[in-house]
Amino acid sequence: MEREYTIALLVVNESGVLAHIAGLFSGRGFNIRELSVGETENPEYSRMTIVVKGDDQIVEQIKKQLNKFIDVIKVNDLTNIPSVHREIILIKVKTSANRRQEIFQIAEVFKGKIVDISHDSLTLEVTGITEKIEALIAILKPYGIQEIARTGRVSISRGISHIGGIGNG
Amino acid sequence: MKINGARAIVEILHKEKVTTIFGIPGGVVIPLFDAFYEDKKINIVITKHEQGAIHAADGYARSSGKPGVCLVTSGPGATNIVTGLATAYMDSIPIVALTGQVPTANIGNDAFQEADTTGITRPVTKHNFIVKNPNDLPLIMKNAFYIATTGRTGPVLVDIPKDITTAEIEFEYPEKVKIPGYNPTLKGNIRQIKRVMETIKNARRPLIYAGGGIIASGASEELKKFVKITGIPVTLTLMGLGAFPGTEPEFLGMLGMHGTKTANYAVSRCDLLIAIGSRFDDRITGKLSMFAPHAKFIHIDIDPASIGKNVIIDVPVVGDARHILHEMAGYAEPLNINKWFEEIEGWKKEHPLTYSNDDDILRPQYVVEQIYKVTGGDAIITTEVGQNQMWTAQFYKFTKPRQLITSGGLGTMGYGLPAAIGAQIAHPDATVIDIAGDGSIQMNIQEMATISQHELPINIAILNNGYLGMVRQWQEFFFDKRYSATCLKRVQRCPKICNNPGENCPPFVPDFVKLAEAYSAIGLRIEKKSDVEGALIEAVKTKKPVLMDFIVNPEENVTPMVPAGAPINKMISSKEDAQNFLLA
Ligand SMILES: Cc1ncc(C[n+]2csc(CCOP(=O)(O)OP(=O)(O)O)c2C)c(N)n1
Ligand SMILES: [Mg+2]
Repeated sequence: MEREYTIALLVVNESGVLAHIAGLFSGRGFNIRELSVGETENPEYSRMTIVVKGDDQIVEQIKKQLNKFIDVIKVNDLTNIPSVHREIILIKVKTSANRRQEIFQIAEVFKGKIVDISHDSLTLEVTGITEKIEALIAILKPYGIQEIARTGRVSISRGISHIGGIGNG
Repeated sequence: MKINGARAIVEILHKEKVTTIFGIPGGVVIPLFDAFYEDKKINIVITKHEQGAIHAADGYARSSGKPGVCLVTSGPGATNIVTGLATAYMDSIPIVALTGQVPTANIGNDAFQEADTTGITRPVTKHNFIVKNPNDLPLIMKNAFYIATTGRTGPVLVDIPKDITTAEIEFEYPEKVKIPGYNPTLKGNIRQIKRVMETIKNARRPLIYAGGGIIASGASEELKKFVKITGIPVTLTLMGLGAFPGTEPEFLGMLGMHGTKTANYAVSRCDLLIAIGSRFDDRITGKLSMFAPHAKFIHIDIDPASIGKNVIIDVPVVGDARHILHEMAGYAEPLNINKWFEEIEGWKKEHPLTYSNDDDILRPQYVVEQIYKVTGGDAIITTEVGQNQMWTAQFYKFTKPRQLITSGGLGTMGYGLPAAIGAQIAHPDATVIDIAGDGSIQMNIQEMATISQHELPINIAILNNGYLGMVRQWQEFFFDKRYSATCLKRVQRCPKICNNPGENCPPFVPDFVKLAEAYSAIGLRIEKKSDVEGALIEAVKTKKPVLMDFIVNPEENVTPMVPAGAPINKMISSKEDAQNFLLA
């Protein structure tokens, strides 16, 4: 069955590692839908959040292959674990001065921030789960979206469980 | 101790007990080769092509169980070993490949003889490293040997920029590796092992399907012990041949595309398939949905990613085959499976591996049988790829692990000759024979010079059918005998369409006998059945390399054969069978 998977990886923070991991997905014809990478509390390691859509068995295989990579310290499938997911979107919308007020209101509803304003455009920053981001895009579409930049989600499990890092291997 | 990186590498190789390295020098590795100039412990075998070097390192590893080491230059030297890395990777062979690289300051500048070696080789190595700081060199080398030789073994590449080899470092070889993301499971989970034994006890028609993992883990004795207690019959993959003696009554022969009918029928009929160190490759399973349709599956493998990849496993056990089989033997009891055994005996009697041997035609199967006889079943055999490889697998009864050296997963033509070099160096007193095809042998024929220069008594038995025979066989069976691009005798003036070799065909080029002589080896051409044994006896006796050019029946086929994608109990033996199969 096809569905969306959110996989968190702890990897060695070195050049080539991302290419290696990306190769595993592309080698199997998988498109990575979202990818975010950042250093962890231990600068030797980075953490990635990868979102892919795929068949259970193939994703299971990919997880095993990821585990096998020597530069991958840990693989954590958050798909079925209670987790917090957040994504940031920067969205640039066409606006004339007389319609700005409407956008301000939308921003407020979405707990967003206006981060840039010019004569005929305005850029909004919103944080949230994918559904919220999608809803925002849908609402702003009629105004004329000029450009979108999304981070892809970062995800973390709820509660005490952790993927590992400094001092806890 | 303060030494430069090149000297450090020599010291490291001593510490890793490396006694032979295979390679070819070049600009950026001059300092490295220089460090070996006076070294007495390490034998440097300079091949004629880097592909030869890495296959030789591979043959050394397969025949000895120790890691093979090769050393080549940057750019073209490194790209020339890619096929060899892929060959070793597919068959899980421990190799440490050292490649020179342009100085760190030039990396990424399209410098002379620069290639992105770690980028190119990443999908065909178990792991690779580039050394960016000379002080990291010892630990990286330590890690490289460790990763290559533990867990599911495999090739590891270390890319070494020139300035790393000339920089002075405070050398100390670490005692321990430091690899946070690598911790292979060796011991099988004991609860799972008990479940395995419970499942086996309840089976009525159990079958062991074992592969190269038995050889890699050194589990042959344990496998034999387990089989002798329980009486469970055994079939082996190409990579597993020799892991269980081919002469024992429990052995059913190889399974899969060119397996025995007995083995393939047994798989199709068993109610429990115990896979050990094997990976359900498509050449084994045929049509996956109809593979072992009545069976539960046990899968024992060191690589968790191998388990459940192609088929759903009822009882998985992750770990080293030797350890797990040893544990299993502790719980094993004789099984009451006489009826199953009788069924198998029936197939064996009814469908032995055969070929027509009642005329004077020189057939390749006959040559392999004679090689078996003359060597007392005791030689190390390397093969090329194609029909020659399959006939070797079928007609030489391998009794010991590491006796058959063949490229299984990648099927690399040109593998056998350089691999024989590695095998002979690892076993100076053994009889080593490359059973070759007339096509494949030409892919690394230049290594004949290496053989002569190192005075290696390697024998080459070319099964010369004048064709890229395995491809021709597929054309005969499935492409209406349209021999497109497979005739090796074809010259410009030949008719465009031709599928009947005969007297009027042009002579084979090159003349292998003359070629052998040019390489300071002995060349023999054998065209008659009655000359086969004599030639082989002479070849095995002489201490010089001997190339035997056996002119065999051009259109001989490897049978039985499972057409690609068919269930493995649907075996064909002729063009007519193939047509009936295609119509059905
Ligand atoms: C490097 C490489 N190129 C192409 C192939 C495809 N191939 C498989 S078997 C074969 C024919 C081999 O001919 P030969 O060495 O004469 O062996 P025969 O089958 O005749 O015994 C070919 C071309 C291959 N396996 N490896
Ligand atoms: Mg041939």
